[in-house]
Order: sequence, then C-alpha cells, then structure tokens
Amino acid sequence: MLRVEGVSAGYGSFQALFDVALAVEAGEAVAVIGPNGAGKTSLLRVVSKLIEPRTGTIDFDGHDLAGLGADEVTALGMAHVPEHRRLFAGLTVEENLRMGAFLPAARKQFSTRLEHVYELFPRLAERRDQIAGTLSGGEQQMCAIGRGLMSGPKLLLLDEPSAGLAPVIVQQVFDMVQRIRSEGFTVLIVEQNIQQVLRVVDRAYLLEVGRIKASGAASELLASDDIRRAYIGL
Amino acid sequence: MIDIFLLEAILNGILLGGVLALLALGLNIVFGVIDVVWICYAELIMFGMYGNYVLHKDLGWPLLLAFAVCVVVVAVLGVLLHWLVIRPVLGGAPINQLLVTGGVLTFMQALATLVFGIEFRNLGISMPSLELGEIFLSQSRIWACGVSLVAVALLWLFLKKTYLGTAIRAISQDREIMPLMGVKPGRIYLITSAIGGGLAGLAACLLVLQYDVHPAIGLTFGPITFMVCVMGGLGNLLGGFLAAFIFAQFIQVGGFYFELEWGYVFAFCFFIAMMFWRPQGLLGKRA
Repeated sequence: MLRVEGVSAGYGSFQALFDVALAVEAGEAVAVIGPNGAGKTSLLRVVSKLIEPRTGTIDFDGHDLAGLGADEVTALGMAHVPEHRRLFAGLTVEENLRMGAFLPAARKQFSTRLEHVYELFPRLAERRDQIAGTLSGGEQQMCAIGRGLMSGPKLLLLDEPSAGLAPVIVQQVFDMVQRIRSEGFTVLIVEQNIQQVLRVVDRAYLLEVGRIKASGAASELLASDDIRRAYIGL
Repeated sequence: MIDIFLLEAILNGILLGGVLALLALGLNIVFGVIDVVWICYAELIMFGMYGNYVLHKDLGWPLLLAFAVCVVVVAVLGVLLHWLVIRPVLGGAPINQLLVTGGVLTFMQALATLVFGIEFRNLGISMPSLELGEIFLSQSRIWACGVSLVAVALLWLFLKKTYLGTAIRAISQDREIMPLMGVKPGRIYLITSAIGGGLAGLAACLLVLQYDVHPAIGLTFGPITFMVCVMGGLGNLLGGFLAAFIFAQFIQVGGFYFELEWGYVFAFCFFIAMMFWRPQGLLGKRA
C-alpha cells in the first residue's frame, strides 16, 4: 500500500529525516513511535506531500508520488489527520465533515459515509450543528478522524491523536483507533504514547533524531528491554 | 409622532445601507479568503460603470443586457487582477500586496482619464420617485437596495450550502491543511476573485443609475467601503453587513439634522471613535 524508501527531508537548513524507509501493507495498522522532535510529524507530512522530500521515493497504491501535490495525493486515497487536529474551528461539526468529502468522488458517497461516521462516533451526531471550536478535545479528535474518513481513504494517517488530551480521554482515542482498525482501514499512526499505541497496531518503527532505529512486531517492541527502559519507564 | 422627514431620512439610510453592504461584501470576501486588500476595488466599480455607459449609451445595448455583461466582465477583471498582479506577490510582505493593488488603482484612474476624459457621464435614465404618503423615495435607490439584499442572500446561501462555499469559508480559517481535503487553494482564490469582481460589477450597475461616472468616482465609494469593512471587522462578512447599515444611518440622519456633508463627518467621527473602542471591528476577533 505504502512504500517509503531512502527519504530525507527538512525545512531550510534543518534536516528532519535521514534516509527513512518504511512500508505499510493493505489492512495493516503500523505505528511510528519515538520521542518528541524525532521527526514523526515530518515523516507524515512528507508522505502526504505537504512537504517535498529532498531524496528518496514514496510509492502509494502503485503511484509514485514524486511531483504530486498534497491535494493530488488526497485524491489518490490518502487521508492525513494532522497534528493538533486542525479542525475548521468556526465551522460546524457537519461542515467539517463535509470538507472531508470535498473531492467529487467523495461527494457522491457523502450521506452514506456521514451516517457511517456518526455510527462510529455517536457523539458527533449529537453535536452535528455545534461549532467545532467549542467541542472538547476528545470530541475534536473524533471530528478530525471523521473528517479524514469522509474521503473514503485507502490509507489513514494519524498524527499524534492522543496529544494534549486528558489521560482518561487518551484511552478513548486508542479505542477509536481500534474501532477504525476493525472496520478494515489501513492505518499509519504516529505517537509518543508508546505503550498504548503498541497495543493497537500490528507493527511499529522506532524513529530517533530522524532515523529509523528499530522496527518489528508491536508485541516484540513492547517486550523489548531497550524500548521499555528508554520510553515506557519500567 | 415621529417627524416625517426624519422617517424619510431613516428609510433612505436603510436603502443606502443595502448598497454599502453589497460594496463591503466583495472587498471583505476577498480579504477573508486571500488575505489581500484590493485597494483598487472602487476602481473596478468605476470600470463597470464605464462599461455600462459604453454598452448602453454608445452601443445602444438594452440596459439589462449591458448590466449582465458588465457583471461578467468585472468578474473576469477580478480574476485577472488576482492572476497577474496578486499571485506573484502572495508570498511577499503585506505592504507589497497593498502597493501593487494601489498601483492598479492609479493605473485604472489614469487609463479612464485617457480614454474617457474627465467629464462626468451618466446613462440619462431617471426613475420617478416613489410616493408613500408624504415620503418620497428614489426608485433607483429602492432597486439598488433590493438587488443588493438579494445578492447578499444568494451569496450567503452559496457559502452555507455548497461544497465550494464551505471551502471558501474553511480556507480563511486554516489555509495550510486545505490540500489535505483535496482542495487546491489557488483555484479557490481564483473563484473568490471572480466573486469579488462580480460583486463590484453588480455594484457598478446599481450605482450607475444614481451617480455620474468620472475617473475619480472611486474616491466617492472607496474610502466608505474600506471603513465599513474595517468597522465590521475586516474579512468578517456579517460584521461588514451590520456596519454598512450603521454607517448609512449616520450619513443620512446626520445629513438630515445638519447638512448632507455633515452626515459624512459624523460617520467618520464615529468610525474613528470605534477604532479606539473596538479596533478589531464590531464582530472581529482581537488578534
């Protein structure tokens, strides 16, 4: 589904990613874990082409993404739920969801998908006419993920969905991810909340200062002494 | 019993408010979406007024056909303004964006003087006044206000009910992530410029019924339009709409108690006071 090879990227003179390679197969849930500032967000931004890689190739669903803009990548079937949720704060919940279905192909499916998102997140249905900026953090995350699902993506990118949320809500967010997984969506998720994310994904990559340092099955990484010591604090 | 002439002034204020609301809308929507102020907005209106004059008076086209063509032509002019002048400096400093549209203002004024000379021209249409009891209201003002309000309502429906309209509102809230929705911001900018131009063209059609056109006519509408927009909160469509009616009442009622020119003095004093009290505008958010 997604194949990233030899990707380096950065902003100005700052290099965020060095020779990164990763792959996500259809139906899989894969996490990229690592500390703050490791380059996790940059990695997702490069995959969805919000930023252009300096070197390397990205192949998505049989398409080479070289030279494509983020809007074209979205049209190919990738949905990127950005860091900090980035809802259109002055628009209602339903208008935010409608923006997720902006592409002509998605518009035709709008009402079925809307119903589906409301089934997945009943709270959003209750608050469909509420201004998105007034939702609680957890509800905003539901809305952001729902907006991503409205395009009917083949691959869903989630950037730190648990960031900035209260501990009890964090657990709900990972439950949401679990629910989305069970719907059969392919998911690439970036998280600092390592212990919890490793429980909901199949495989994971460890990213440190812009380089992939380790990778493997989620259960192996969870059991690995190095990772437990460095990131989980046990 | 309210003074009948005061009532007439208030009604005239409402009619003027409708037109000011339309004027402000075009400028506001462009600023809200593209974050650029069209300093030459009133000159687009002037261009539309001359267009009406040429088509109807010189070429003898039916008035409504001339109106329709002018709206389309000024909409295209708005697109060209964005494509040729603004797009190259979009990433630049805001002052550069002001300067280039300011340059277009001077260019259009000079061009109008070259082509049409400095004399005042009008379509030579005079509509009779409407008599309501003892109140006389200009029919061209009633039409102008009515058409303005219909245009404002249609645009509101478009912004509220369509995908494109929602995207136009969304882009002013978060530009950077629009591509993640599959939206090309550049395309939305062009569509918004066409809407802004089209509104200027429509305003031209309504104003040409009431005012003579001359190369400096932009000075009559430009400053008021900017003040209405700023008073409402630049880029805030609803704020601009409300501010237009408040401003118009100052002009008309102030003009009724003293002299017409005093109405403008009061309106501008109110504007200055407002800028101290709420610099972000009536409905604007504090930056």
